[in-house]
Amino acid sequence: MSSAAPAVAVTPAPAAVGPRGVSREDPLVVRIALTGTALLVIGVLIVIPVADVFYQALRGGIGAYAKSLFGDADTWAAIKLTLTVAPIAVLANTVFGIAAAWAIARFEFRGRSVLTTVIDLPFSVSPVVAGLVFVLLFGLQGYFGHWLRDHGLKIIFATPGIILATAFVTFPFVARELIPTMEALGDEEETAAVSLGANAWQMFWRVTLPNIKWGLLHGIILCNARAMGEFGAVYVVSGRITGQTDTIPLRVEKLFQEYDTPGSFAVASLLTVLALVTLVIKVFLEEKRRRELAEATRFEAGGGEKS
Amino acid sequence: MSVSVKNLTKRFGGFTALERVSLEVPGGELLALLGPSGSGKTTLLRIIAGLEAADEGTVLYSDEDVTGVSVRERNVGFVFQHYALFRHMTVFENVAFGLRVRKRKEADVERRVSELLHLIQLESLGRRYPSQLSGGQRQRVALARALAAEPKLLLLDEPFGALDAKVRQELRGWLRRLHEEIHVTSIFVTHDQEEAFEVSDRVVVMNHGKIEQVGSPEDVFEHPASPFVMDFLGNVNVFHGRVQGGLAHVGGMSVAAPEHPEHHSRPATVYVRPHELDIHRQSMNGSSIRASIVRINPLGAAVRVGLTGENGEVLQVDLHRDRAAELGLAVGESVWVAPRKARVFIHDYQI
Repeated sequence: MSSAAPAVAVTPAPAAVGPRGVSREDPLVVRIALTGTALLVIGVLIVIPVADVFYQALRGGIGAYAKSLFGDADTWAAIKLTLTVAPIAVLANTVFGIAAAWAIARFEFRGRSVLTTVIDLPFSVSPVVAGLVFVLLFGLQGYFGHWLRDHGLKIIFATPGIILATAFVTFPFVARELIPTMEALGDEEETAAVSLGANAWQMFWRVTLPNIKWGLLHGIILCNARAMGEFGAVYVVSGRITGQTDTIPLRVEKLFQEYDTPGSFAVASLLTVLALVTLVIKVFLEEKRRRELAEATRFEAGGGEKS
Repeated sequence: MSVSVKNLTKRFGGFTALERVSLEVPGGELLALLGPSGSGKTTLLRIIAGLEAADEGTVLYSDEDVTGVSVRERNVGFVFQHYALFRHMTVFENVAFGLRVRKRKEADVERRVSELLHLIQLESLGRRYPSQLSGGQRQRVALARALAAEPKLLLLDEPFGALDAKVRQELRGWLRRLHEEIHVTSIFVTHDQEEAFEVSDRVVVMNHGKIEQVGSPEDVFEHPASPFVMDFLGNVNVFHGRVQGGLAHVGGMSVAAPEHPEHHSRPATVYVRPHELDIHRQSMNGSSIRASIVRINPLGAAVRVGLTGENGEVLQVDLHRDRAAELGLAVGESVWVAPRKARVFIHDYQI
């Protein structure tokens, strides 16, 4: 039966998109040109280099790859150092970040705007300069150099210096994530918790932390990626002692300078994997965080509109 | 538990939120703090709770001085204006919070929370999250949460402020019944006089950081202590004149003012509520003024008549429907307006 055909003809054609829909429709040529350019740039600048890292790393086969990573004592030392430095720097910045965000979002005090600006300073200072500052402070010729030597403490050209430099460079990540979230949340829930008998610790763990958890994780993930990949500041403070103060990025550079291209790329692939994993987690967290923030804003403004 | 505050003063920068405020609240009472925004009512409530510290003065619970005690240790239930429910916790966990931080046994927590969910008629919604509730439901959860740890004092900041009129009406009656059931001393803040009158045992009217009047709803309405109270509690007609020997004179009209028997004449203001004015066809021999009708609006059981007095006063009269029908008024007519009752304030009061 052909009775279905007229019925289809009767339904209004999707021409009723409205003038707005039509005006937003750019010519096909423009769309192809724009999308094409974007894809080309991404391909040349991002996809090809990333793919090439793995290609170069694995060119000698999986055995050579594993040997470059685990067979070389100095590379292994660099991996261990990075895995020591990054968690400490991230932990320190998580604690400082929460404290700073708390201070800025919850209290009115003199110097609040100064603090907000200073938190961003590590983003605008060149990492090399940051490294030099620590050398100037704690190096043998630095202000505290003699005192440190007399007490048998070593900061520059040692792990503490690398941790300090890494922590400095990655300082803003956590705080900057948390300030807007905490400001949007407001302090009403926290006040309510205290009025219900919670102490400061209970309030933080039971009310504040669950409300900021996605933003916090997002900050921590970015902070960690940057901490593991930091080159400039660490280059200056570490002294680049092979097998002792080389971190993964420094090791990559050193292997490359020594014409060990496969080894260099093998180590580089570690950082690249880290970047890709970070990216995936970041996308996941951003969605969660967006909802967290939207929820906070809606709650704040909405109160009880819905009834 | 009774509450008394003595000589509380609180300043925010140059703004004085409270100025030497003293108040006694007997145990078991349901008290309303009523006033316009900026009158200091919320500040007073927060100081009583311990959420805010007073610059001067003391707060006593029963006879114990709690001025320096933190809100955490005061064991009061506080209901916030926007509820402040914990958004990441279920209704059950919200209500349980005060018990959990006190490390009560799990069985006790469950029993108490179920009891409270029953009380707020939300037994079936224990697993919902606050964002899945209506405004009225959230408000009730906030109340249950505040009551969970059996506070000696319940404080509510504009508890129905964010709700629509119908839900608000329901919750008012519900709060009143709840108070009769649990009888905990309760203080709530509102800017809505109807709400204050309907729910509370006593009303405290506040203005500019001071208490204008304390009394039963009827007392405050019938015997306002100041022009502010008169003015704040609903519509009022204002006449300017002079008072002498127990009589106030406004134009050609005299009004009894036995509370001002002084012999010398002083400027005075006469306040009359719209329902306390009557309209007559003839002059009432010195107790009425001439006015012309500007508009007539039927309002259900009453008819609201807008008039302009002979000296240009804007007048509003609420007549009973039957009375309006009997008079058969029309816009533009000239009539006589006479107060059945009036309150006279001499001019050392300022609004």
